[in-house]
Amino acid sequence: MTEALLEVTDLKKHYPVRAGVLRRQVGTVHAVDGVSFALGIGETLGLVGESGCGKSTVARSVLRLVEPTSGQIRLDGEDITHLSKTALRPHRRSMQIVFQDPFASLNPRMTAGDIVGEPIAVHGLAPGKELDARVARLFEQVGLRPDQMGNFPHQFSGGQRQRICIARALALEPRLIVCDEPVSALDVSIQAQVINLLIDLQRQHGFSYLFIAHDLAVVAHISHRVAVMYLGRIVEIADKDELFRNPRHPYTQALLASVPIANPLAKKLAPLVDGDVPSPVNPPSGCAFHTRCRFAMERCKTERPALLDAGDGHQVACLLNDGTGRGR
Amino acid sequence: MADKTDLVLDVKNLKTVFFTNSGLFKAVDDLSFSVRRGETLAIVGESGCGKSVTALSLMRLVPDPPGRIVGGSVALEGTDLLALDESEMRSVRGNRISMIFQEPMTSLNPVMRIGDQIVEAVRLHRNISSKEAQGIAVEMLRLVRIPEPARRAREYPHQLSGGMRQRAMIAMALACRPALLIADEPTTALDVTIQAQILALILDLQKELGTGLVLITHDLGVVAQTAQRVIVMYAGRKVEEASVEALFAAPKHPYTRGLMASIPAVPASGVAAQARLNEIPGTVPSLVRLPQGCAFAPRCKLAIKRCEAEYPPLSDWGGGHLAACWRAEEVAEVA
Repeated sequence: MTEALLEVTDLKKHYPVRAGVLRRQVGTVHAVDGVSFALGIGETLGLVGESGCGKSTVARSVLRLVEPTSGQIRLDGEDITHLSKTALRPHRRSMQIVFQDPFASLNPRMTAGDIVGEPIAVHGLAPGKELDARVARLFEQVGLRPDQMGNFPHQFSGGQRQRICIARALALEPRLIVCDEPVSALDVSIQAQVINLLIDLQRQHGFSYLFIAHDLAVVAHISHRVAVMYLGRIVEIADKDELFRNPRHPYTQALLASVPIANPLAKKLAPLVDGDVPSPVNPPSGCAFHTRCRFAMERCKTERPALLDAGDGHQVACLLNDGTGRGR
Repeated sequence: MADKTDLVLDVKNLKTVFFTNSGLFKAVDDLSFSVRRGETLAIVGESGCGKSVTALSLMRLVPDPPGRIVGGSVALEGTDLLALDESEMRSVRGNRISMIFQEPMTSLNPVMRIGDQIVEAVRLHRNISSKEAQGIAVEMLRLVRIPEPARRAREYPHQLSGGMRQRAMIAMALACRPALLIADEPTTALDVTIQAQILALILDLQKELGTGLVLITHDLGVVAQTAQRVIVMYAGRKVEEASVEALFAAPKHPYTRGLMASIPAVPASGVAAQARLNEIPGTVPSLVRLPQGCAFAPRCKLAIKRCEAEYPPLSDWGGGHLAACWRAEEVAEVA
């Protein structure tokens, strides 16, 4: 990997669970429970996992939209974990987010042009006339027509709305864009258009993506490296090719085996895991996956595996084979 | 096609329209298909293509107003459901034909125990005691592989996980051993490992009970792994129908082809870093203002003058592979 733009070290986010009339704390949700990774300049890191694994909480913590319980977030070498609101403001420009639902994340009473221009105006980067020209350029970059600037969000289709969200994220020329399930609300044919747009924009501008999705295939197409999360922790992280060709964590293997393949000749719908994801309120002891893992040993119930290098930067948190996970 | 007696469902020229403020639109237009005993037919398409309205039409659950079934016939085991009055339909619905929905939480009654909901469905159609029905409910929950079924039967929907709720829905839908089960995006709201479990379960039970299955989905991966035959819908019409093998080997309609090319696949052995996908340009047309000719023509690379003027008929390209395209013969050659 090249120089790191974003470095996350031992990030934790716990939420109290309160109950009863006195709202006493009865438990803790371990939403994110010790996550570390680095993201290089111009790199895309895919973060995959099932619902409740903490991937969105990681995204929001990185942007300081939620306050992490502990851990460190460094952007461009500077620790932004504890910066005050005002001190954080200049950094906000360099990190943007695109949300999942383009219906909920656009103000229905603002025109598309105003939505895209707002961040530029807020940061005072372009006076009146110039602003319009900049917004028009952004519209063209994301494949919208500048004459649509006066339209309201409801006049756009889902895919076009997601393009507006992307234009808004691009407006401040950020260095990091966090994409939280940006295509999961879109139809298949539109999904491809948006993925291609994201890839093209990164090639032109050289920013980094932290790309969060539950769809392994989408992640495979856009990412350079992929991290797999389970119950608040990263269980495996590797270069994309390596991860898909040679998954080592039993959970990653089960995840890959569960994806239905669009080829009737490759029939192999064989679920490799049973049961549901346990609650993050009282996550299982030891390796959190041991309750569903077909290869779990006695040690897995008590010992928590660390994320260790299994060769060539392929890191896996599994006790099998001396901490290198399960070969196929 | 196999002989007639084997047919569970035979839909002919089904037409469902909606009357809205912005005009009349044909959600399902001239749709015909059939399902045999124990067969899985998948209906695929993107949002607004009419696949869910098709399901609701078969169940006679289209909200009226604004919607109405204005033509065609839906023969279930030889009886035309569209000719039944509402009370006759009630005795068929949930009994001979039943349905599972995408969101199990919104389709289960939140203030009623799981077991009681199954009992209610069973006793509506069968003249048995409450006790016998309780037994059937527990047996059904065991059949869908819910651990400790007797205890779970006494629980409320919120006490179950998403996957468990969908299992309970399936148990309820199959409790009367219907001839036809309609599953409308049954796994879309579920995580991928749970999706695999639920799909495997539906297929196992179908094989065991010999139920005909109509599976509605947007996911071509799910289609390939579950169905024997496939219908592709676009803007309310069937644009292609084929056996699953024929469809994936050589799609005849440019829309099907585009759809297949645009889905990202999990690489079996490495994909170039950041592979661009093939995309279908443009968006799905509004059903209120459909073009005169082929609805896909504005997005189609192969479109010619004729496509804009005349809607292509569904023609048979051999072995029951139907496609509605003027240029179906050339689709394989041009990308």
